[in-house]
Amino acid sequence: MSVTSVRKDTEQLSMTVTAEYDVTADRAWQLWADPRQLERWWGPPTYPATVEKHDLTPGGQVSYYMTGPEGDQPRGSWNVLEVEPPRLLVVEDGFADETGARNEAMPTMVMRVEITDRPGGVTMTIASRFPSLEAMDQLLAMGMEEGLQEALGQIDAILEDTPAPTRR
Amino acid sequence: MVVDQFTEAEVDRLFHALADRTRRDIVRRVLVAEHSVSALARHYPLSVTAVQKHVAVLEEARLVTKRRHGREQRVAGQPDALRRAQQLLLAYEQLWQERFDRMTAVLEEDNQGGTP
Repeated sequence: MSVTSVRKDTEQLSMTVTAEYDVTADRAWQLWADPRQLERWWGPPTYPATVEKHDLTPGGQVSYYMTGPEGDQPRGSWNVLEVEPPRLLVVEDGFADETGARNEAMPTMVMRVEITDRPGGVTMTIASRFPSLEAMDQLLAMGMEEGLQEALGQIDAILEDTPAPTRR
Repeated sequence: MVVDQFTEAEVDRLFHALADRTRRDIVRRVLVAEHSVSALARHYPLSVTAVQKHVAVLEEARLVTKRRHGREQRVAGQPDALRRAQQLLLAYEQLWQERFDRMTAVLEEDNQGGTP
C-alpha cells in the first residue's frame, strides 16, 4: 500500500496524507507536471479529468474539467502559488467557469505537495486546508466517488430523521 | 485540537455502527438530548448491558460521546459540525487514498513499458 500516514484535524479542517513510491523525485514530479499523467489519477474512474490549461509557474493556472456519468462536467482550476520542481507545489484549488476562468463566488482550498527523498524512493506529502465546513462541503462534492457521496448522504438522511428541529 | 489518525477502518466502523436499527435509534435520541444508558435501555427490549454494547459501537464510530455523571453513564450525540467535519475529512481521505492508488498504477504502467 502506498499511503503511509494520514493526519486529520477536525478543528483546523486540515488533512495531511503521505504516500511512498519507489521512484525518483523527478519521476514522481511528472505525475503533477505532465498534464496527461495528471489526468490519469486526479479524477475517479466515474469522473475522469481532462486538463485544458497547465502552466506550473508561480501565478500560472491549471484548468480542468471532469466528466461525470450523466455527462455533467464540473470545472476546476488551480492558481499556482509556489513551484520548486521536483520538490514543491502549492496551489489554490477552486471552481472554474466554462472558459476555465476562476469562479470567484465559490470557495477555494490550499493544497501543498512536497516530494522528499527517502532510501529507495520518495515520500509524497499532500497537506490540505479548507477555509470552512461549507467550503469543504462544496469542494468535496465535486467529482467525489458517487458511492461515497451516496453513503454520506445516507448518514445525513438517517441522522436528520430526528424528532426535534435540531438540524436545518 | 483534535487530531485523528485513521485509515479506511473508520469508514467501516461508521457504516457498521449505522447498519443496526437500534443503534440508529439511539443516535436519533441522543442527538435530541443527553440520555443515561439506563434511560435508553427502557426504550428497547434489551438489557442495559446490551444497550451499553450498542453505545460502545457508536462511540467507536464517533457518532456519540459518553461521560460519567455520578453513578450514571450519559450518552450525547456528537455536535453536528464536528460530525460533519469528520465525515468530510473522511471522504477527503478516501479521495486521496484512491488518487494515490491511481498514481501507483500510472507509475507501474511506466515500468512495464520499459520491459518487453
